[in-house]
Parts: sequence; C-alpha cells; structure tokens
Amino acid sequence: MSDIKNIRDQFVSKLKNELSLDEINSIKTELFGKNGQISSLFKTVGSIPESDRKNFAADLNKIKDELQSLILEKIKEIETKEINQKLEKERVDITLPGRPFVRGKIHPVSQTIDEISSIFSEIGFSVEEGPDVENEYNNFTALNTPDNHPARDMHDTFYLDEDKEVLLRTHTSPVQIRTMLKDKPPFKIIAPGRTYRSDSDQTHAPMFHQVEGLHIDKNINMGHLKGCLNYFIKEFFEVEKIKMRFRPSHFPFTEPSAEVDIGYEIKDGKIVIGEGDQWLEILGCGMVHPNVLKNVKVDPAKYQGYAFGIGIDRLAMLKYGINDLRAFFDCDYRWLNHFGFDPLDVPTNYRGLSR
Amino acid sequence: MKITFDWLKDHLSVIDKEEKLLEKLTDIGLEVESVENLSEGLDLFKIAKILKTEKHPNADRLKVCDVDVGEKEIKKVVCGAPNAKEGLITVYAPPGAVIPKNKTKLVIAKIRDVTSYGMLCSESELNLSEESDGITELSSSKYNKSIGKSFFTQSSSNLIDLSITPNRPDCLGVRGIARDLAASGFGKLKQIKEQKIKSKKSQTIKVKITNEKNQGCFSFGSCLVTNVKNTESPKWLKDKLISIGQKPISAIVDITNYVMIDINRPLHAYDADKIEKGIIVRNSKSGEEFTALDNKNYKLEDDMCVISDDKGVLGLGGIIGGTRSGTEMGTQNVLIESAYFDPRSIRRTAKKLNIDTDAKFRFERGIDQLSIEEGLSKAAFLIKEICGGEISKIDIQKVSTFKNKIIKFDPNLFEKVTGFKILTKDMLKILDNLGFTCKKDKKVFKLTIPSWRPDITQAIDVVEELVRIVGYDKIKIEEPTKERKKSTLTQTQKLFHFLQRSVASKGYLEAITWSFTDAKYNDHFKGQNDELKIVNPISSELGVLRNSIFSNLIMYMSKNIDRGFKDLSIFEIGPTFFGKQPGEQNIVVCGLAAGKKSRHSWLEKERNVDVFDIKKDVVQTLVEAGYDSEKFFIDDKTPDYYHPGKSGRLFLNRGKESVAAFFGEIHPNIIKQIDMKTESLVGFEIFLDNLKLPKKSLKDQITKYSISDYQKSERDFAFIVDKKINVQDLVNVISNVDKNLISNIKVFDVYEGDNIPENQKSIAISVTIQSQEKTLKDADLDQITKSIIETVENKTGAKIRS
Repeated sequence: MSDIKNIRDQFVSKLKNELSLDEINSIKTELFGKNGQISSLFKTVGSIPESDRKNFAADLNKIKDELQSLILEKIKEIETKEINQKLEKERVDITLPGRPFVRGKIHPVSQTIDEISSIFSEIGFSVEEGPDVENEYNNFTALNTPDNHPARDMHDTFYLDEDKEVLLRTHTSPVQIRTMLKDKPPFKIIAPGRTYRSDSDQTHAPMFHQVEGLHIDKNINMGHLKGCLNYFIKEFFEVEKIKMRFRPSHFPFTEPSAEVDIGYEIKDGKIVIGEGDQWLEILGCGMVHPNVLKNVKVDPAKYQGYAFGIGIDRLAMLKYGINDLRAFFDCDYRWLNHFGFDPLDVPTNYRGLSR
Repeated sequence: MKITFDWLKDHLSVIDKEEKLLEKLTDIGLEVESVENLSEGLDLFKIAKILKTEKHPNADRLKVCDVDVGEKEIKKVVCGAPNAKEGLITVYAPPGAVIPKNKTKLVIAKIRDVTSYGMLCSESELNLSEESDGITELSSSKYNKSIGKSFFTQSSSNLIDLSITPNRPDCLGVRGIARDLAASGFGKLKQIKEQKIKSKKSQTIKVKITNEKNQGCFSFGSCLVTNVKNTESPKWLKDKLISIGQKPISAIVDITNYVMIDINRPLHAYDADKIEKGIIVRNSKSGEEFTALDNKNYKLEDDMCVISDDKGVLGLGGIIGGTRSGTEMGTQNVLIESAYFDPRSIRRTAKKLNIDTDAKFRFERGIDQLSIEEGLSKAAFLIKEICGGEISKIDIQKVSTFKNKIIKFDPNLFEKVTGFKILTKDMLKILDNLGFTCKKDKKVFKLTIPSWRPDITQAIDVVEELVRIVGYDKIKIEEPTKERKKSTLTQTQKLFHFLQRSVASKGYLEAITWSFTDAKYNDHFKGQNDELKIVNPISSELGVLRNSIFSNLIMYMSKNIDRGFKDLSIFEIGPTFFGKQPGEQNIVVCGLAAGKKSRHSWLEKERNVDVFDIKKDVVQTLVEAGYDSEKFFIDDKTPDYYHPGKSGRLFLNRGKESVAAFFGEIHPNIIKQIDMKTESLVGFEIFLDNLKLPKKSLKDQITKYSISDYQKSERDFAFIVDKKINVQDLVNVISNVDKNLISNIKVFDVYEGDNIPENQKSIAISVTIQSQEKTLKDADLDQITKSIIETVENKTGAKIRS
C-alpha cells in the first residue's frame, strides 16, 4: 500500500510543476508504459495474498484513475495555453477597413411609384401601362379634347410627324382610353408613367411622371373620388390627418372637374404637409365625362366613375424634401446617392411605405 | 383675367371684405392666381415744379434742374428731357421709388459727376401713356396748388389675377364673374339698364358677309359715330384701365378695351374715313398681305376670315386689326365693329399665323352671340360722352341666326353624380341666378342655356354648375373599401420591379434620363434602327427619341467622371424606341460601370472593371429573376458599340429565340470620340420584353426536391485546345457525356503561353461525379474519366495534358 501511496504522492507533486507536452508524455510512459510503475504494479496483483488482493487492486485502480485524469487535465491546460499563444500572435488591427462594398440605390421617382402602387393595391386598384408614343386620338380626341379646343394649348406637345398624328403623350390619361377599349367595365386601375411637354424651366421639365387613376362602376360618385384621394394622400404622406381642399376646375375629359390642394406650412425652413394655412395644388380629377365613356363604348347611362392624374415627381419632392425638379433627371452621382433608396427598402403594406 | 374688387362693385352690391371675395372666387372655380397691390409705393411720386434749369457741365443734352417737391429742401435732379424748363409742373420720383414701367428702383446717382436726387418722369415711365419724348407736363392751373402732393390717387383695390379655365369665356368679363359670385351668395348682381340707341341716322358704310364655305363670321354688327374728337380718356376711365394693369391710349381705344373687359364683348374701332367704300367680310386668298396693329406684316393663306374693303384686307376678324384703318388722335368718324366669329376658325388662323391677342383669346373660347348690340350701344354712348359726335343706327348683318340651346335635366342626376342631395328649390334658384330659364316638365327641367355659356351642352354640365356653386366641400367622403379582385401587378410588371431592384442591389445607382437624346450620341448606339426625330424638340441636344439608353447614360457618366468620380455604376430601366408608332418601344435595363475595382485597397490589388464583372451582374440578375443559368447560351455577336472581342450576347437557352441581354466593354472608339476620361467602361442591356415569363406562378411550379447522399468524387482535367474553341462548348461536351453522373463542372484555369503551342490554350476543368443510386467504385470512376477524355478529344480536337 505504501508503495502505491508513494508513487501517487510523487507523481501528483510532479504534475504540479510547469511541464511541457513532452515531459507529460514521458511521465505518462513512466507510469502507464509497458514497464511503467503503475502497469508493473498491476502485474503483481496476482501474487498478492488473496486476503489483501481486493483492497490492493481497488487502491491501485483508484490511483490509476486519479493520475490519468490529472495527466489529461494537464495536457488540456497546456494545449489551451499553446492555442492562446498562437492566437495572440495572429492578432490583427480590427479597425482596419473591411473589404469595400458599393451600395446601389433606387431613384426616388421609382420608389414613389412603388409607394403609390402599394397604397392603391390595398384598395383594389391594379396597374396598367401604355406607350410613351401616342396617337393624337388617344391623347386628345378620345379624351373629349378635339382639335381646335383651347385646352390643347395647355399641353405643349412634342410631335413626331408634321401632320401631328403621333406625339409623345402629354399625360397618362390615354391609358384610360386604352384600358377601357381593351376590357369591359368595371375598371379600377392606376397607370404610372412618363409624360412629356415641351416646357423647360426651373419648375418644368420636358419629361415628368404622372399616375393616372380610373374607377368606373355602376354607382361610383364624387364621394368615392373624395374618399379615395383622401385615403391616398393620408397614406402617402404617412400622416393621421390631412387638410385637403377640392376646388372646381376644368378638364375636357372630366365633368365635374376638380383640383385638389393640400394644406402646408413652412416650419424651420422645412415644408410640413397636412397642416397650416397655405395651399398647394397637387392633382387634378373629376367624374369621367360621358363623351369619353361613349368614345370607348361604355354606356354612360349604366356606368360612371372618376379619374385623377397626379404628378409623381411633385409628390416625391414634397415627401422627401427635394427642391429642384431638374435634378431628378440630371443623373448627378451625389444626388442619386443622397436621395436614392436602398433596393431592399421595398414599400409594402405590412412593413410600411418607408422606414 | 385681371380684375379689381372696385370694378366688380360696378356689377355687384356687396358688403363683404376682399378676403372673403378671394376665398369665394376659388371656391366656385375661378382660381385666384395672385393678388398684387399695384399702388404700393406709388405715393412716393410727387407733383413737383421745376424752379430753375442749368446746362449740365459735362453733357450737352443733360440739364440740372432745381425742383420744388413741396419740402424745405430744393432737389437737384439731372434730366435729359428737352421739355424740362423753368416753371414746368411735372412728376418727381425720389430715390427709393420704383418706376412702374421697368420696375427699377431709383438710387441717388452721379450722372457725369453731378449728383441727381431722383428723377423727373415721362408718361411712359409712369405707364400713363406711350409718350416717352419728354417728361410729363401737368397743367399749371390745375396742379399749381398741389406741389408736393402725391401724383397718384391711392387705390385701395388690389389687382386680382384669376386663372379662368378655357370653358368659361363668360368669366373673361367682369360682369360674368359678378354673376357667378352672386349665384353663390356673395353679393347681389346689380341690374344694369341697357341704353338703347334711338338714332334716326343710318349707318352709311355698307357691310357684307359673303356667303361661302368656311365663312368664319356669323354676324357683324356696326355703328358709326360721326364728328368725334378723339382725345385722352377721362380720369375715371384711365384709372380703371390702370387699375388692372393696362395702359390708356386714347379715348376710342380705351373705350373698346373697357367694354371688352367689362362685359367680355370684344369690339374693333375703325377710322371710317379710311375704309374704301364698304366692308366685306370674306375668306382670304392665299398670298394676300396686310400690316397688323402689332406692326407686323402677315401673309395670309386661303380661308382665313378677313375684314376687307375695296382696297384689300383691313384686319383678321376677331384676331387683330390693321394699321391702315386704325383710329388715331385725328380720327373724326369711327366705325365700331361688334361681331361673332367662329371659335374654330379663329383658332385655326391664329395658330397658323402665330398671333395671340386678347380678342383672339376670347373669340376662340366663345363670345356671347347676343351681346352684339349691347356692346355697340355701350361703346357708342361712351364715345359720344367723351368725344362728342352723333351716333348712327345699328346695322347687323348675319349669315346664321343664334338660338339658345335647350337641354333636359333630370334633377336626380345631381345626387347620382355627387353623392349628396340638394333641394329642387335651391337648384332652381342657382340656375336662375346663373341666367338659365327653367321650365318644369313633369320631373324633368327644361333648361334654356344662357347665350354666354357655350360650354354647357348636356346634363352633366348642369350638375357641375350646381355642385360648383353649392360648394365641393359639401361632397361627403366615402371611405374606400379594402378589397382586391385582381392582382395589382402583371407578371411583366413584377419582373420589371424585380430586375430594377436586383440590378440596384449589385451596386448600381438608378438614374432616370429623358426618353429623348442628342442625335450625336444616339448615332453611336442606334444600331440598325432609324433615327426618330422629334418635330419640335426643346433643343437640338434633345432632338431624337433614344434607340438605346446608352446614349444618355454615357453622357451622364461622362459628366460624373468630370465631377471627379472614377468608380461608378449607374443603370436605368425604361423605354427605348425602334419606330414612331405607338407601341414601337421596348423596356430595357441598361447598366454602365466605369473605373476600377479595389482602387487604393490595402487588401487587394486594384484592377479595371472588365467584361466578366458585367457578365456576372447580368447572369446573377437573370438567375435571381428565376432563369436557369445551366440553360443560358452565350455567343459573341454583339452590336458595333461593344468591343468586338470583349462582349457577349446571352440567350435564355440554346434555342436562340430573342436576345435576353448584351454585355461587354463599350467600343474604345466611342469612348475616345466622346472624350471620356476613364480607365475602363463596361455595360449591359437586358431586354425585358424578350424574357420569357414563366407560365406558372412560383407556387404552382412543382419542384422535385432530390439530393444524393452517395459519395461524390472530383476529377481534374487539363485539355489543350485550339484557341477558337469556346469554353462553353467544351463544358457542354463534358456535361453531355453522362448527365446523370456529372453533377458539376468548373473551369478553374485558362492558360496560354510558355509550354503551350501557338494558337492553342490550356483549359483546366474540375468535374464532380456523383450517382443518385450508389457509391461509385473506382472502376466506375475510371470509366467515366476515360469517357470524358475520349469524347472531348473526339469532338473538339483537344488533347489531354498529361
């Protein structure tokens, strides 16, 4: 017994020293190798008198376990230390820049179109499109604006032929005509897109964007028009309440016609939409003129409804505080980067229009 | 349309304030554009007397005047007017005053070394008349006691500018506006008794309207006022015109302008003695000429409505008069014209000749056909009152007779359209106030439309009248229902949005540029397309529809590079045009990347962006959009604006239907020609209309999920092939060896040069072999390896590199 105890004490104290992996391994061999001290003792078990054998074997096993676990522990300790030393050597200056990334951006007009589509989607409008080059009929005549109508003067039109038969559409309203000619009522559509007028100064660009709206069914009246636009404006500007004014106006293709103003004020040099006592015109609308319905073979005695046209660029300017319309189309890297939106920022109903 | 509240009060009894008026005008559809106080600052202009004049020491034509402006101090004013002399009473403007004519603000100025304190004004500078030859001369008997007093009488009435919509010609007259206001409850319309001409003298100038096709004149009324003395207008008339920003000219002209503005009745005054025999209203013949009152000479085409005499054209009816028969100060006999011209004829002629006048603006919108007499008598009496003379009988010639329109109106239509009710009683009252005559015929109104409302032709127009006057604020809001019966976007629209955001997510900034472009730039990119010219472009730089988005993108890329940016990626998604007919357009996603990758990086070596960067963007975008890159087929046939050796054309599959995309380096010649300073420029075009849409939506596409758990093996090959062999073909040959077992093929090296024969290249490929059914044995692997080598060697003439 004392032999075993001596070996244990001797090695326990040995293992308390600073040891290298090699030294540990040699200790291991010294104890558990073929002729190791513990191994040798196990060989003597058979020659121990039977009365003592059981105790001897038990003691020996206990000490074997103890030493083995001590050795394992020691090895682990050394390995950890070695790894830590290695990692310490690998240390980098983590404040150095990572690999560069470039961020793409979505143009504010595109973002605004997506916002608009998202809002109107919620109340059942679907998106229609039409060509940028239109014929005179769809752009004017079918919209109750015959040739020699003074209202044509309000549209400085780009023409593609001397006969003025084909032109760049001056508004998105011809999409109304195309849609109604193509399908049967009811109609509930919006049509965003490019529009063109030969007008160019600080507040006018020869190309701009409009969204057309059209809702035709059996009993759609001016109350629905008001409700729809009221809903849209509130949702678009993400405000609870909006000060809005319907004002009589004239468009050849609607009757009665209205222009819609929203209230605003300037606070700390910034425009605040929805309150204040200043008015800002933002769209034109009205009940689709019976002549227009007749032109597209819809019976005005059975069907009626409203249409509206909104300047998209103007909405984007108001919502995102952009001052200069011309800059929208100037493609200045700094501007695009500043006013653009992250491509992952998709306006949706459930996560909101904007962050 | 410019009005003042004061002028309105000629027609309206009202106690409300101007603020209320402005609100009401806008509420009933007569939008207030601006309100301006014209008399602001005018109190600074003083009646003054020249006490002494001396010759300017340094200028022959200038005088230095001592001027009494009613203050202690005598002002020294430098003046160039020849009529500036001692004792003259005139108008003095001190430093700080703003000259009405040119809106310049006076300052104390040194004129050739002599300091001038203010200025002595001509009538022209004060907008009183065209007289600009000398300074204003005021009669000393009248003004001698007013030295130092303000010259202008203060008008409290602001100038109100209304935006009148083209359907409302009646509101181009003050009375029309007053009528609308009264109908809406703002004041009461004054009844003005029409003074009838009861002359026994006949109108001696014969008027004839020819009866011919396209005659633009329906009726022509005239009245002759003889023995007049044309003069300066009286103060009340001058003030009236000045109050709305017009300049008084002479009594006769001022009177015709006044009547036009007051009741929207355009008139024209002729010097009767200049008319050769009678007046003939007829169509012009091509080649006829005349000089109009704007001092321009007009060459006429066929069928323009002209007023003529024996000698030729006097004027364009309803548009502009001619100089030959114009009234002057010396005019003794005046013929007043009050006619009705067809709006379409007016518009056609004015457009062709490019003339815009007040009369044209009114006639093309439609003048009250029954106002001919009222206009004539109003003007004739005023001329008699101001200029004296005798009035003749009225003569009216006509080729057609006007009849008021009658329409039937079902009052229920009002609620149907507006969604709310008003009492029948109230409807009738509004219509009556607006000048309609109503007869109730059972449940329907029979409405006689007033002659001044050419815009009202059907029942819906009556609804507008009613709701406009009742107020749009009465329309109740109907909340929209949140119900969707049809999907918001079509497949193509979804693809548009997807591609847009997909490309942007690869580091491209989205731009929106004009749909038109500079022909110079377009020329580089138009390919086989025709140039699509705009007839009336805003400038030659925006003269053609774009055949490709590249023209604009490159131009703007170049501008950004000039701003000092080097490494840029921009893109646009939008239309390009291949014809001038509606629909001859495509949607293209066009991207452009310039400069370097990893410029000045501490981590990586910098390099130019290249064709494989852009290829990655195109392929990744298409894969993200749901297309299978395994099926893509690429060749090198690209338009000539790409680098011929570093560009590609991508098809969605080998069938080669339509081109899905082009990509590559932009041709170096183009970069050189547009003088763009960049190390590298690569671009792509994805043709949205050529991308086939999946027939089924994602949820309906049955996708079998199958994976293999059997061990996979990789085998590397290096082939030496002819330089002309495409990697795409080589990969294709390998994948066809055994589609079941070969699960992936990767090109990991391409090498030309040392140890490789000329015109050949070495391609190293790693092939992944895996079975769906079993673990492959060495023998199987050897078999397929052998098969790959043999097939490649046979089909491509390649040699395996040992």
